[in-house]
Amino acid sequence: MLDDLSRYLGSESNRELVLTQLVQHVPLALLPLVVGVVLAIPLGWLAQRHPLVRTALLGSANVVYTVPSLAFFVVIPGIIGTQILDPVNVVAALSIYTAALLVRPVVDALDAVPAHVVAAATAMGYRPLRRFLAVELPLAVPVLVAGVRVASVSNISLASVGALLGVGGLGALFTSGFQTSYLPPILVGIVLTLVLALVMDLVLVGLRWLLTPWARAGGTR
Amino acid sequence: MTLSWLFDPAHWSGVDGIPVRLLQHLRYTLVAALAATLVAVPLGLFVGHTGRGGLVVVGGSNAMRALPTLGLVTFLFLVLGSGEVSALVALTVLAVPPVLAGTYAGIQDTDRGVVDAARGMGMTGWQRLWRVEVPNALPLLLGGVRNAVLQIVATTAVAAYVGLGGLGRFLLDGLRAFDYPKMVAGAVLVAALAMVLDLLLALLQRLVVPKGLRLAAGRRGRVPARAVERGGTDVAAAAATREGTSG
Repeated sequence: MLDDLSRYLGSESNRELVLTQLVQHVPLALLPLVVGVVLAIPLGWLAQRHPLVRTALLGSANVVYTVPSLAFFVVIPGIIGTQILDPVNVVAALSIYTAALLVRPVVDALDAVPAHVVAAATAMGYRPLRRFLAVELPLAVPVLVAGVRVASVSNISLASVGALLGVGGLGALFTSGFQTSYLPPILVGIVLTLVLALVMDLVLVGLRWLLTPWARAGGTR
Repeated sequence: MTLSWLFDPAHWSGVDGIPVRLLQHLRYTLVAALAATLVAVPLGLFVGHTGRGGLVVVGGSNAMRALPTLGLVTFLFLVLGSGEVSALVALTVLAVPPVLAGTYAGIQDTDRGVVDAARGMGMTGWQRLWRVEVPNALPLLLGGVRNAVLQIVATTAVAAYVGLGGLGRFLLDGLRAFDYPKMVAGAVLVAALAMVLDLLLALLQRLVVPKGLRLAAGRRGRVPARAVERGGTDVAAAAATREGTSG
């Protein structure tokens, strides 16, 4: 098995192929994280203020979450009018999953902002929008990052299902390995997926460190 | 188009009919969920009760979440050979982490004061486990099973790629033959199955909240909804948060 693997990776063209798929995989998995966060923050903001919106949104987030990825990928074109083989379908589906996963933590985190902190910010003259961006949202960062970490791992792994629709990415290594009954590309694909997930997780932990300067100052808490 | 495909009587009979495919899908799901539960629950109970190896379990099951389903399915297909067994192994492997995380979190979530009280009453380790910790853990444990079932239903559809039966066949065969109504019908059926199973498990999850907990929650003016939330995802997020705030 190891011989096969070193022979596979020994070839220049194979290495190039793997690199190409890796480069295609990253935006498929990571663009949805950005879109999901951008969607989930205003939705969470709305839900935290209106009980009806909260019920509707958290309910539909739960429903979205039950839809199997492969089913979602092929239904999306019917909803947004793209071609069936368009990588945009995968990005759209994963974005919706990410947003669905993040809405509840965002609402919970906003709920958890102490009332006296909000009152202090208001008293200092913060208007609602600025208060949200400068006070409430930053306090929600640790919870938000925790949610994004979960979403990141699941997106990186789910993006390879797109290969069944002919979308590139590390999943293409699985389908080509299966079609030729050849293990090395499959192994390389699995290992790269795990490594990518790990690297992204470290990046997110680093991001949280950067975004929460108060958590590392003093360390009195 | 999809509706007429779904309601065409010709698609409701024969070896490639909707009932046969649905039952296949259901059977794979039940077998894999049962196998995963048999592996993960004892392990989760042990780790949760003794507190030994908690980090390894949480870390390991988080890492396993990153395993690409399609990669695992094709890998096991080539290693273990074609057939249902290799696919069922893949389904089980992917279902273990959520059940394990749910069981472990459920036991850990049990109020330490309650466990101490049980010890004070003279309960042995086994008694505390079965009569205090397990009843407390059931909602989160079932939350883990719920997540596992969703994972299995989704992966069974993906495993149709390596020749497994089930509803994924409609989806992939339709895709290959550019028969889009068939493909979308397959997607709708898979999604419907996932939702129905999730709903049934959600109801069960509400039923198993111990009466004592429900009363206690009522007295404290807190709805026990928190305990009924979707186990695994919340648990992973909660674990990450906890680690975040303490670090």
